[in-house]
Amino acid sequence: MPILKGRFKKTTYITLGQETPEDIGRAVAPDEIHPEIPQGLWTKCKKCGSALYTQDLRDNYNVCSKCGYHLRIKANDRIAMVLDEGSFKPWDNDIPASNPLDFPGYEEKLERFKARTGLDEAVLTGTGAIDGQSTVIAVMDASFFMGSMGGVVGEKITRAIERATQLKLPVIIFCCSGGARMQEGMVSLMQMAKTSAALKRHADMNLPYFSVLTDPTTGGVTASFAMLGDVILAEPGALVGFAGPRVIEQTIGQKLPKGFQEAEFLQEHGFVDMIVKREELKDTLSHLIKMHMPWVNLL
Amino acid sequence: MGITAWERVKIARWKERPTSLYYINHIFEHFIEFHGDRNFGDDKAIVGGIAYLNGRPVTVIGQQKGRSTKENVERNFGMPCPEGYRKALRMMKQADKFGRPIICFVDTSGAYCGIGAEERGQGEAIARNLMEMAGIGVPILSIIIGEGGSGGALALAVGNEVWMLENSIYSILSPEGFSAILWKDNKRAGEAAKVMKLTAAELKEMGIVDKILREKEKLTEDSGEYVVYKLKMGILRFLKQYELKSREEIIDERYERFRKY
Repeated sequence: MPILKGRFKKTTYITLGQETPEDIGRAVAPDEIHPEIPQGLWTKCKKCGSALYTQDLRDNYNVCSKCGYHLRIKANDRIAMVLDEGSFKPWDNDIPASNPLDFPGYEEKLERFKARTGLDEAVLTGTGAIDGQSTVIAVMDASFFMGSMGGVVGEKITRAIERATQLKLPVIIFCCSGGARMQEGMVSLMQMAKTSAALKRHADMNLPYFSVLTDPTTGGVTASFAMLGDVILAEPGALVGFAGPRVIEQTIGQKLPKGFQEAEFLQEHGFVDMIVKREELKDTLSHLIKMHMPWVNLL
Repeated sequence: MGITAWERVKIARWKERPTSLYYINHIFEHFIEFHGDRNFGDDKAIVGGIAYLNGRPVTVIGQQKGRSTKENVERNFGMPCPEGYRKALRMMKQADKFGRPIICFVDTSGAYCGIGAEERGQGEAIARNLMEMAGIGVPILSIIIGEGGSGGALALAVGNEVWMLENSIYSILSPEGFSAILWKDNKRAGEAAKVMKLTAAELKEMGIVDKILREKEKLTEDSGEYVVYKLKMGILRFLKQYELKSREEIIDERYERFRKY
């Protein structure tokens, strides 16, 4: 396991951790999110309840050392974990926001998320290298509007895929989302079709696309690019589904089976290729790129 | 017409509103229904097959609600499971193979959200349709005739053109869901319907749909002649427009249509 001490900058760190799976499944409204800013030295594991020394937790890829639960991480931290140091070049972080429904308060909410997270939107896209191999990458971030997909998220992802097609690069997308962004109405729905069509063109060039499902991946994201990877990876225990657990329970009037919609459940039912621990993701992705594009020379 | 968005929602969901099979049987000739996804089963929430339109072979697919309570149960109230989307995709690929244009009738409150549906990959089935429809080399026309329920509808609506009947709706989730989630109050669905911009007129203005077909008062199977006529004429015009386009043009135009959002 590579040494992580000091790898992460000590910036203000917001951890989402206390929502229950049901909240996530039903597309939590933005003001329901209670970001947990680790006040002091301790963070509580949402799964097993253990008190973890925050610095140790960060050194362990934000994975609980007691139960192995993979807490959520920010997009920038993911990029630091997966890409070669200094190789990331961000793209398209200046696409203007829009408010197609003239939804009251939406623009203000966006500004709050921008200020809080330092991100322009719920996804970071760009190019980088994994063990010297160039790739296009997109990483969604649940701390920005629950990772919901609106017009800008869809546009960033689509442009990244299109450039990958043009540059003949693989695409890796880290999926993390409460679903389509309701405040943008049908424009959000259209992003599902738009991103999937871009992936079709990429695939037609015989270029590989690896999707990594992280906790939570739901709704319109699951029903579009998340489930279209040539290889679909998932973090252990990640909640992945189309409909939210609470909606399903209400529909069928029954309690859900244990482990329902977790990554392992999806794998058993045939929808996930590999469940990979966070610390092993970089090596796995590196290997997969090399296997799919053996002719690419290392730098 | 001056009616509210919520009133249109009620009309779109009205149980007497004509269903896909009504339009299929009245617009086309010699419809032969096919079944199954060749993998798991036959989802009766989706009907599809081949037919003639003025002597020309086409593939027709529709989401089918029940016309009685018994039929509704059989058809799962028009809420497709993964096998329904996979059946639709199979038929679309066949259409591509044999050069048949595809006409899809969209009418669903949404993809079914049961345990089995999740187990069989509801998300993947919809995603696969979205991706594969992007590569179909024959013209696709999707018409929202009732409810266009989110991703479950979109999986049949990646068309070269997307039309709506005047009182149909197309939305990212139901107004009830919108009201419950964003306002913590499931009694404000009427207000939500207004905010969401789910009516045909609003969506045409936003460029989400290309054409609206006028309905007359109280559209039922008994009073559906006018809409059937307008649809048939419209479809014929659509097919003529696309007759001389190459596969590449058809695919590229569809790509650009969805790229602009």
